[in-house]
Amino acid sequence: MSEKIQAVNAEEFKAETLERYPPKLARKRAKQIVVNEVGPGDAVPEILANSRTAPGILTMRGCSYAGCKGVVLGPTRDILQITHGPIGCGFYSWLTRRNQTRPETADAPNYMPYAMSTDLQEDEIIFGGEKKLKAAIDEAVALFHPKAIGIFATCPVGLIGDDVHAVAREMEAKYPDINIFGFSCEGYKGVSQSAGHHVANNKVFTDVVGLDDEPKPGEWRFNILGEYNIGGDAFEIERLVGLCGMTLHSTFSGNSNYKEFSSAHTADLNVVMCHRSINYLAEMMEKKYGIPWFKVNFVGAEATAKSLRKIASFFRDPALAERVERVVETEMAEVAKVRDEIRARCEGKTAMLFVGGSRAHHYQELLGEIGMVTVAAGYEFAHRDDYEGRKVLPDIVVDADSRNIEELSVEADPERYRPRVGERERTELESGGFALSDYRGMMPEMPAKSLVIDDLNHYELERLIEEYKPDLVCAGIKEKYVVQKRGLPMKQLHSYDYMGPFAGFRGAINFYREIDRLVNSGTFALAKAPWSESPELSASYGHNG
Amino acid sequence: MLLRHTPEAVAERSALTINPAKTCQPVGAMYAALGVHRCLPHSHGSQGCCAYHRSALTRHYKDPIMATTSSFTEGASVFGGQANMLEALTNIFALYDPEIVAVHTTCLSETIGDDLPQIINKARSEDKIPKGKFVVHANTPSYKGSHVTGYANMVAAFVQYFSRSTGRRTGRINLIPSFVEPSDMSEIKHIASEMGIDFAMFPDTSDVVNGPMDGKFRMYPRGGATREQIEAAGDARLTVALGRVGALPAAKLLDTKCKVPVEALDLPIGVRATDALVETLRKAAGVPVPDSLSLERGQLVDVLCDMSQYTYGRTVSMVGDPDLLVGLVSFCRDAGMRVLHVVTGTNPGPKFERRIKELAGEGVTVRTGLQADMFLFHQLVKGERPDLIMGNTYCKYIARDMDIPLVRVGFPIYDRVGHSYFPVTGYRGGLMLLERVLGAIQDRIDRDAPEESFELVM
Repeated sequence: MSEKIQAVNAEEFKAETLERYPPKLARKRAKQIVVNEVGPGDAVPEILANSRTAPGILTMRGCSYAGCKGVVLGPTRDILQITHGPIGCGFYSWLTRRNQTRPETADAPNYMPYAMSTDLQEDEIIFGGEKKLKAAIDEAVALFHPKAIGIFATCPVGLIGDDVHAVAREMEAKYPDINIFGFSCEGYKGVSQSAGHHVANNKVFTDVVGLDDEPKPGEWRFNILGEYNIGGDAFEIERLVGLCGMTLHSTFSGNSNYKEFSSAHTADLNVVMCHRSINYLAEMMEKKYGIPWFKVNFVGAEATAKSLRKIASFFRDPALAERVERVVETEMAEVAKVRDEIRARCEGKTAMLFVGGSRAHHYQELLGEIGMVTVAAGYEFAHRDDYEGRKVLPDIVVDADSRNIEELSVEADPERYRPRVGERERTELESGGFALSDYRGMMPEMPAKSLVIDDLNHYELERLIEEYKPDLVCAGIKEKYVVQKRGLPMKQLHSYDYMGPFAGFRGAINFYREIDRLVNSGTFALAKAPWSESPELSASYGHNG
Repeated sequence: MLLRHTPEAVAERSALTINPAKTCQPVGAMYAALGVHRCLPHSHGSQGCCAYHRSALTRHYKDPIMATTSSFTEGASVFGGQANMLEALTNIFALYDPEIVAVHTTCLSETIGDDLPQIINKARSEDKIPKGKFVVHANTPSYKGSHVTGYANMVAAFVQYFSRSTGRRTGRINLIPSFVEPSDMSEIKHIASEMGIDFAMFPDTSDVVNGPMDGKFRMYPRGGATREQIEAAGDARLTVALGRVGALPAAKLLDTKCKVPVEALDLPIGVRATDALVETLRKAAGVPVPDSLSLERGQLVDVLCDMSQYTYGRTVSMVGDPDLLVGLVSFCRDAGMRVLHVVTGTNPGPKFERRIKELAGEGVTVRTGLQADMFLFHQLVKGERPDLIMGNTYCKYIARDMDIPLVRVGFPIYDRVGHSYFPVTGYRGGLMLLERVLGAIQDRIDRDAPEESFELVM
């Protein structure tokens, strides 16, 4: 493994990469390209993250609106979502993230196949768009009769001074049975999708969670935070939770509905999948309602087993633990059959992952299960804590771009605060190795000398491919064909290339098979024509002579 | 039902657009700029716009879509985007070495009123644009028009910046296609090439967004109209604009600027519309029509006649972009099909509806502009059920709910391949489109036929 990583001198790679940059950009990128080292106490080098992308750079990143509407709220089926702005933003976020959902009945509300927008025109940009937004809400109510409406602000809305929150309040007064709330997720806020995650977390926390005190029936009730049901991941997790006899109260926000959100505070535990996009909600729910949280990972069969065991051990019920063991045993037997066969073909192959705020970490585990080595990885929109672990939180300097995202001050709810674990239990759990309210970060789990690159851009991706010659690259749609034109397979880890699920045990099997197809199918090898190596004819047929 | 909340009864809306039959200007501008050789599209706004446009075009073409952004943050949005643009140009020329940077604006930079000509002048005076390199711009506010308007504006911008009249007329004919696929652009060039005329087509995304996989990534693929071609367009004898909304504005500008006369035609889809193109080129260039094109035409007519029983009187509802819709309606007329509904979110001007009715008859329902969206289209289709739907990928939700066959054509197509390689324009493209239309209709006949009348030969 280490020889694969050390096949290229990472320090030299970094120095040579920076040479081409104009000086200002080189100084910045020098802090975002890090050669990993792991010291005692998970000490890792500092990385610059959640920092502006230099203008003119071919970046992977999107905007705050995409993080808020696209990522966090998008997967919810019965909150009617209206994009307030010109038509584009609503159009591009229309079904493209492939969050699957399964309404309770054939008639139950499902607004996900609908893209709604105020489609602002020039006149409204000049004279204000609030009137149109109100009219749009009237029309949406008349047509759809939703329980809740979310309004999403786009760039020009913030600039012309439309107040989506005031409109939400006014329209809620007009329609008292409908919960109407706005998101100030203008695309220019923050430096990436990440700002939008935070905006979304805040509003869902203040305006939705805590409204309904009716708990879901069932034992061992918990919420999963930061799982968006891409390709059916949440369905697989739901299946496993069900087999173990536990109760998944709500998922934020894959396959979710409004009622589950609004009563999520009645659950006894929050487990966090995508730390980056949802840690705010976990923190705030702990403060306000006393619900503890810890990090889990359902990507990878071993990780899934570990996460299920961790949840069971939190609840400290021997029968539950026993059930979990039986589920893990049965499922792992199936996993092992496929894994072992495929591992033989993938062992030692190398991969790079540049995606998301968690996936670049989670998928290393899954690739590792079939023997593949991650030589370089990085996030698109994460913060230092996602790289280095939450231990660095006190040291993170809040810059101007982050300051414009509201940090809510949260206090314990006078009626609903109920600490699920007391001080003594907490100490017991933690002394047993249980990391509550913590995330270790990606870098401590990556080998020394591997490369960690934040906000990777096109030029660096090209350099990486040229120097490291990986067998597989994992990133997003914009990178997909840049990589594949080289005859190198590329796996999308946002959309899964319209496959999945990849979470849980069945997902792991799907993923092993998919990676096997990509790196071993032979189709990519056709990129080189037989004559490309020797274009001049070296021999000729008889009739010539 | 996926679209379970769509009622049949149409209630007038004045504010809410649901399931748009259009998107915003910048994505069209980005696409047009990709049709110029060694040109890098640049989005002047926040980086989400560029990410969305690149993603949309990448999903549609399954090919690399390279474009940069000014990456506005809140500061730039307050103080203006000049500093971001200047820094972007420094980085772009250092890293990506384009010949041309084609800047399009966004709703963000338009709302704050960034003055692109002034910024470009400043960049030039500060030597941020290397010698022999060019920066052009188009104003493409997302709150006006649609992606087709954005395409038209970017094409016009290339004319504005590059086209020159030297006073010496050449025999050349300019071809400006509307927002169509690279396969269509190839097909239009094929027709002009077969006729042996001197022509230049711009933009031209063929061999750019439908490139080969040969083990190499090319930042600037070999296709694309060259700057020299656009420059020389000012001396041409004629410009043929294929599509009034997407192509005519640039052709008109070329007329105003360089006095090149314009012939505005429908997109050449089907026999009659392609005939109009061939006739125009034949007369303008004074050349005979080669046998090869007569053969292609004859083959299309042959299949239209042979299979007319499956198309004649069949009803079609279509949604998409105005220029494409005019061409498709003309194709349907060739095949004897009856068009029930034509919907576009783009406001195409008053001539559009007149043209559709000329081609399809007065009975057709035409809805355009604001709130002429796919929600309305679905409602119309529920009210009067067609045999076939034509439109982009999003139509699959309607087609599935209503169990009506769908022929995918337009933008975007996210779920099928083919549009990159198989045209709908020209005689050959008409044949390919006809084959797909027949396939959809005949598959449905086969599926629904009682066992006793399930036909072997059709």
